Amino acid sequence: MINLLILPIIIPLLTAAILLFFAKKIAIQRWISTISLMATLVVSLFLIHKIDQNGIQTLDIGSWPAPFGITLVSDMLSALLVTTATLVALGCVLYSFYSIGKGRENYYYYAIVQFLLVGVNGAFTTGDIFNMFVFFEVMLMASYVLLVIGGTKIQLRESIKYILVNVTSSALFVITVGYLYSIVGTLNMAHISERIAEVNQPGILTVIAILFLIVFGLKGAIFPLFFWLPGSYYAPPAPIMALFGALLTKVGVYSILRTYTLFFYHDTGFTHQLLAVLSILTVILGSIAAIAFKDMKKIVIYNIIVAIGVITYGIAMMNADGLSGAVFYVIHDMIIKAVLFLLVGIIIKITGSVDYRKFTGLINHYPLLGWTFFIAVLALAGIPPLSGFVGKLLIARSGFATGDVFGAIVILLSSLLVLYSLMRVFLNGFWGDPSGSSKKPEVAVGKLLVPAIGLTIVAICFGIFSEGVYHYISQATEVLMNPDIYIQAVLGKS
Amino acid sequence: MKTNDLILQTTTKIAVFIILLFSLHIFFAGHYYPGGGFVGGLLTSGALVLLLLAFDIKTVANSLPFNFRIMIAIGLLFAIGTGAGALFFNVPFLTHAFDYFNLPLLGKTSLHTAVLFDIGVYLCVVGATMTIIQTIGGSE
Repeated sequence: MINLLILPIIIPLLTAAILLFFAKKIAIQRWISTISLMATLVVSLFLIHKIDQNGIQTLDIGSWPAPFGITLVSDMLSALLVTTATLVALGCVLYSFYSIGKGRENYYYYAIVQFLLVGVNGAFTTGDIFNMFVFFEVMLMASYVLLVIGGTKIQLRESIKYILVNVTSSALFVITVGYLYSIVGTLNMAHISERIAEVNQPGILTVIAILFLIVFGLKGAIFPLFFWLPGSYYAPPAPIMALFGALLTKVGVYSILRTYTLFFYHDTGFTHQLLAVLSILTVILGSIAAIAFKDMKKIVIYNIIVAIGVITYGIAMMNADGLSGAVFYVIHDMIIKAVLFLLVGIIIKITGSVDYRKFTGLINHYPLLGWTFFIAVLALAGIPPLSGFVGKLLIARSGFATGDVFGAIVILLSSLLVLYSLMRVFLNGFWGDPSGSSKKPEVAVGKLLVPAIGLTIVAICFGIFSEGVYHYISQATEVLMNPDIYIQAVLGKS
Repeated sequence: MKTNDLILQTTTKIAVFIILLFSLHIFFAGHYYPGGGFVGGLLTSGALVLLLLAFDIKTVANSLPFNFRIMIAIGLLFAIGTGAGALFFNVPFLTHAFDYFNLPLLGKTSLHTAVLFDIGVYLCVVGATMTIIQTIGGSE
């Protein structure tokens, strides 16, 4: 079946179109979206297996040969990310059943989530730079709606900012693609890479590389372009926040990873150096902000920014350890950030407060919630054998290998601050005097906990079986290290 | 104050059909001449907006009882279905097919599955434009 790699895009798209017919029938919406997300997950796991067996999968849309039509390329990296994104979306949708509320469900909530997944999976899979822009827009349009759906005051205010920033960065994306097209004369990513290799990346292409860094940095929130993120991600309810935190910024990071390993790898002295410096600053500022706030949502939001910095630092190192560390960490971070947002959502639902100093002794009433949160925080900080460990280890090792001792030490120290920032929540909120806990311990959280615990188990397994996972990740890294493999898979010649 | 817009309404009744015919012409000409689903859809919704200007929302909703949101969904299904049809023949997604047919009135005509895709675009554009205008016009 040659169309296998497009199924993770088509199934959510078809589901979204079908869900539009059942706007007011919530039960049907829930069933259809769950079934379709499970089907997407199965298909993407099958896709991973197929890439493992037969190498990179490509599909020339509409039967037009490679540089002329749109080509979809699924290498191990994109298949792994598609699988993770679908898994996170499934978790968030299951969580939404019990938390998002009828008002939102009646207004196309599930359809929009499917559209968001179309955009994310498409951006991970496409092999055409303009098509990537289109999928970015699909994803962003869906995120605008998800941000504003419900129409509370804070959501309206923040969505104005969010839309303004993203419209600007999308315009910049188009301009950058225009520049690139005027120089290389092609939009197919493999073909662009080949043409850049022919001219050996003169100065103007380095300028374009920086422009891409600005564009994707705005989407992915690296220093100093993350200013929009804390406010925007603060506004929506927990499952939407989990979707945003897990998926949206990671698409920006993936794009940096793809363009900097496939296009602009000839003159790394300037571009990758700049990326490394920005990553370190991102990590430092994110860590400082994460320990500065007493607000749980803000703490997790700034932890996103720390993670983005860690991942881009791995990309900037441009060696096998750094890239596999980045891939490891991006998958881990997608899962664990979703878990944390879902758990914080549950805690806020119980206590009615975002400030962790306002409650204590929660663990007496909710032991399962407490220990899940504990494990998730340990995994986030990278305590072995949990999922954050291997990625950070590889990234730090790559920093030491390239002689950037300062950067590697900052990455390692940031773990401490990350651990401290959320362990405070655990120590203050869950431990302590049980009489200070919520006035309403009768809030039932059983069903809400199921998706969060499910994703936590996945994260734990991801850490414990990292030996087995590494088999796949090394395949992803191999393509990133040797763009020729990618080019040959797409253009079919050497 | 009640205004008398007899002239506007009478002209509209004639002009709407001309605009609709023109939009259909633009839609079907798309393969060989400038035009296609997008501009055809916009012209159609232009005709409907003229109706909305000359009459009120309720009258138009009674004479054209479409649910424009469902129209978007149907348009999407058309577009996805055209692409997904390729899946059954094991060719890449969105591979189109065409052939020549002898139709009763038109004679030898080439029929292309891209038209089905265009119908999807057309329905989406009409549905989206009309949803936007009716929602804004209908909100107090």
